[in-house]
Amino acid sequence: MSEMSKIVRTISSISFPLIIIYGLYIISHGHLTPGGGFQGGAVVASGCAMILVAYGSIWTIGKMKEKNLSLLESIGAICFILLAIFGLGFGAVFFNNFLVGSDFLFGTIPSAGSTIANINTGGVIPLMNFAVGIKVIAGLFAIVLVMAHASSTREGKK
Amino acid sequence: MSKRNFAAVVFFLVIAVFFFFSALMMHPFGVPEKADMDDEIIKGVQIETGTNNGVTSVVFDYRGFDTLGEATILFTAVAGVIMVFRRLKQ
Amino acid sequence: MIFNIPFIAVTALVLIGLYTVIFRRNLIKMVIGITIIQSGVNLFLITLGYRENSVAPIFTSLPPGTIVPEGMSFPVPQALTLTSIVIGVAVLALMLSLIIHIYRHYGTLDSKEIGGNEE
Repeated sequence: MSEMSKIVRTISSISFPLIIIYGLYIISHGHLTPGGGFQGGAVVASGCAMILVAYGSIWTIGKMKEKNLSLLESIGAICFILLAIFGLGFGAVFFNNFLVGSDFLFGTIPSAGSTIANINTGGVIPLMNFAVGIKVIAGLFAIVLVMAHASSTREGKK
Repeated sequence: MSKRNFAAVVFFLVIAVFFFFSALMMHPFGVPEKADMDDEIIKGVQIETGTNNGVTSVVFDYRGFDTLGEATILFTAVAGVIMVFRRLKQ
Repeated sequence: MIFNIPFIAVTALVLIGLYTVIFRRNLIKMVIGITIIQSGVNLFLITLGYRENSVAPIFTSLPPGTIVPEGMSFPVPQALTLTSIVIGVAVLALMLSLIIHIYRHYGTLDSKEIGGNEE
């Protein structure tokens, strides 16, 4: 994929930070409002794919190697499984929500019924949101990047 | 029309009739019959998991094993795509 | 009958996808059919979990006057749909990359030519 015209590049560079911030907001407020790790990760990965389309795959793969994306995805998966195993160690069962009610980190329990947003709730669920968010960002962007790069190198050879 | 094509048409028509009548025999839209499990989850979601969002608590707490399998499938898909295109680049 | 319109829509989506998978020979069109079947299944799951005049099961600033267990739609089908969407994206990417590989190898996308037609 070669790079597009100057108008497309300028508009996508302006709107890229806004998309990233919106995706991170969806991930970090996943336990309070509609959203979560999967949806916010998909938003951030779409922003990265927009940069890929605007600037071309050769420029993008110079900035971000696919090896680093694979490493990032593995880190997300390991964090997710480690949180589940901590549930086995500190609590009773696998995937136990051991942080809830402990007042340590995200430990407060909200009052029953309709409440306003209090971000310090949820136990391990916000941490799992971050882990799955990193995993989805790296996975989806690695798929798009590898597909675009393989087709562009074959075109350049001909 | 060959014999295999005829068999495919018959199969498709049987499936279509079956699906259509089972869609007519479903419960009316918006009035589900059994709601015990979901009512228990909605009542206990703020006390047991501490979150306000019921869907996220089901994804990460009540049914965490589903999410673990889903993460495995995503990892396998990414590994498969990278493997296919690495062989193809050479 | 008229209240079963969403289920009939699910039936139509699944049948369109099944028709495409059975009777088309192009691999890309078969992938499109599989994606249409998958969106039909997602619509079916969401439709099963809907209650009349219900809101989403989220307690942050509820609309006033909501009855708590009966006024909310089911959370479990929505969570399963979320899982299903991500699995769909992953499987779609894997199918498309394998199709690109098949096209580089055989030079065609016709499923009968690839599979070795005996007729």
